[in-house]
Amino acid sequence: MTDRLNGPQSSRGGQQAARESSSGPEQTPGTSPEPHDGPPPSASLPGKTGTAARPGTGSARLGPSPTLSLVFLLPAAVVLGALVIYPIVYSIFRSLFDATGDTFVGADNYASIFSDSSTLTTIRNNLIWVVVAPALVTVIGLIFAVLTERIRWATAFKLIVFMPMAVSLMASGVIFRLVYEQDPDRGVANAVITSVQDLFGSTQGYPDARPRENDKAPVALQQGAVVTRQPARPGQAVLIPLVGVKPATLSSAAAAKAPQPGPGELAGTVWVDFTQGGGGTLNQVDGTEKALAGVTVEAVQGGAVKATATTEADGTFHFANLAQGDYLVRLPQSNFQAAFNGVPWLGPTLITPAIIGAFIWVWAGFSMVLIAAGLSAIPRDALEAARIDGATEWQVFRKITVPLLSPVLLVVFVTMIINTLKVFDLVFVIAPGSVQPQANVIALEMWRVSFGGGGNQGLGSALAIFLLVLVLPFMIINIRRFRRDNQ
Amino acid sequence: MTTSALGAPRRSAFGRLLDRAGGGLLQALLVVIGVFWLIPTLGLFVVSIRTETENNSTGWWTALTKPAELTFSSYSNLLATGFTDSFWNTVFITVPTTLLVIGIAAMAAYAFAWMEFPGRDTLFLIVIGLLVVPVQVALIPIAKLYGTLGIFGSIAGVVIFHTAFGLPFAIFLLRNFFAGIPRSLLEAARMDGAGEWKIFSTVVFPLAKPAVASLGIFQFLWVWNDLLVALVFANPENQPMTKALQSQMRQFGTNIDILAPGAFLSLIIPLILFFAFQRYFVQGMMAGSVK
Repeated sequence: MTDRLNGPQSSRGGQQAARESSSGPEQTPGTSPEPHDGPPPSASLPGKTGTAARPGTGSARLGPSPTLSLVFLLPAAVVLGALVIYPIVYSIFRSLFDATGDTFVGADNYASIFSDSSTLTTIRNNLIWVVVAPALVTVIGLIFAVLTERIRWATAFKLIVFMPMAVSLMASGVIFRLVYEQDPDRGVANAVITSVQDLFGSTQGYPDARPRENDKAPVALQQGAVVTRQPARPGQAVLIPLVGVKPATLSSAAAAKAPQPGPGELAGTVWVDFTQGGGGTLNQVDGTEKALAGVTVEAVQGGAVKATATTEADGTFHFANLAQGDYLVRLPQSNFQAAFNGVPWLGPTLITPAIIGAFIWVWAGFSMVLIAAGLSAIPRDALEAARIDGATEWQVFRKITVPLLSPVLLVVFVTMIINTLKVFDLVFVIAPGSVQPQANVIALEMWRVSFGGGGNQGLGSALAIFLLVLVLPFMIINIRRFRRDNQ
Repeated sequence: MTTSALGAPRRSAFGRLLDRAGGGLLQALLVVIGVFWLIPTLGLFVVSIRTETENNSTGWWTALTKPAELTFSSYSNLLATGFTDSFWNTVFITVPTTLLVIGIAAMAAYAFAWMEFPGRDTLFLIVIGLLVVPVQVALIPIAKLYGTLGIFGSIAGVVIFHTAFGLPFAIFLLRNFFAGIPRSLLEAARMDGAGEWKIFSTVVFPLAKPAVASLGIFQFLWVWNDLLVALVFANPENQPMTKALQSQMRQFGTNIDILAPGAFLSLIIPLILFFAFQRYFVQGMMAGSVK
């Protein structure tokens, strides 16, 4: 079953290459890891026998004329020549002219790529992409491939992880816009974070609690903290009525109790001065009003905190052992900081990591399936021999599995580098308009500059050629590898 | 000595227990990862079958407890906005491209694999080099070229562009597969006096069905899911679904009731193909390896 899945998917990997119109040769069997010359699990893959049956090696062969071959090649040659090769030449030429195309500007467009702050941001972002994403995708694929190796329902797991690759990056973008919504009531990422936080019971803050805004209230807001207007001394009671707390937060809160200071003790109550259904006296603890538990209270004298207490379930707090004198009672700002409003995934700082997250969601399956095919090609006896010699599983993995897998790991890694250099759709779709400048990448900037309102096809051509230069090393790697495999 | 002799079996029994517990843990971990991978798509689907007001007030996961509130009304609303047109545009772009790529590439691949002509190897290396050329390089020149030819904005323009950029991979894949076909089959056909066209169409191409099938689905998905090429070359009346959705993106959050069902509709056919061809592929490969 596993083999059945490995077979097709290893070639399906190529489909993704096709999606990017790139990186094809990596998927070819020529580069699939065959550390030993055992029969490959998918002997029918194209090219497996390509070298053996390479034409033109026989002497007495009935060949067609070269003229006929021209007929077979002509359609492809015309299309490729007119739509791929000619454009490369034209783009180089066009990149040396200004926006209108009338004035020759030499290398000015290239210079502006490296001097303009917005294009420099795109280069920096592409750099982050290249450094982070390919490594993560490869490692995650390796982990998944190893974990699923001995699981009976591995096929189902692989299908699930591989599925995003059939989905357009456009749709993936919509999907992740939803995932990353900031409001924890809407975005699933933040909802998960909130529920994990709640699980570990971080003390609940009261973000909206505030004193009533009138002169009769005994407390007032001061730089985010709530402070009593009148000083109090030990033996007195302090009332700290607040309003604005959401009923949902209070559903399990106990009723507040009026403070009853013991001798020499400064005591008080923090509560929500609001009787549901009306009634109740302002600034008095009425029977049904809810207490605010767990609030930090400070006794302040001359600007210095002399003592700290926390309110109990009934909202009361006590400062015993205070020296005589006047104190202000303060609820520091920390009580009112918003507990958690959701991580701003789509904000300017987190946008690139967030989009890389979506990229991993899309490509992990590709990586996993290619690596799993490589794993199944590793001869069992090599692993067994090492185990019999007393190697631990980790040693077997580090010293045998990974080295034998290195060709396929490299293939995945290089394919991902090419994909990250060309990344366009995900950034375009996931980054909200206001954050696009911070999330921008070269491929997107090229489109923006030349078609998306920029109107500068000179700079656009320069960016396109810059992108081509960036993928050039991989073009050479592909050609070299093919020549080596076919020697 | 005694301790180790005693200790060994005990430890291995313990080890077995650990293995079993570890196996359970591993399965649990994989279930969690699998759910993690499914949730984004599931979320999109659930959002697409809730009303706009519900989506604006609560998370989609709350709908799982009250399925009665689900409705397909956003789908019917979406179809009323003319989204069907863009669906058909996607089809009219994708199907011809796929057929063209297969046809043109198969011919070239046959020449590269089984015909002799000067410069063959160099030409093939160029094809390999073209594999990684970014689409961006061709956008500006082709836009200009299409402008001159008067096909800018048309479906034909999009199809031709996709065909060109699909060819290098297609030629590469098919050439490798063709080259693996036993030479004796071709020699026998030539002995029988079959011409090249006949050999190509009756011997090689039918044998290559598995490769053609996989190439077909790669190409289909690639074009179906493309956004960039459509963004540049397709007029609004010729735009495929991806571009139609993109134009709705600007007001994200206010029109999620259009985006979510649209995105889901656009991915349903690739997903069906994905699961269907999964099996087809396997059978083709298995059959091929037996022959």
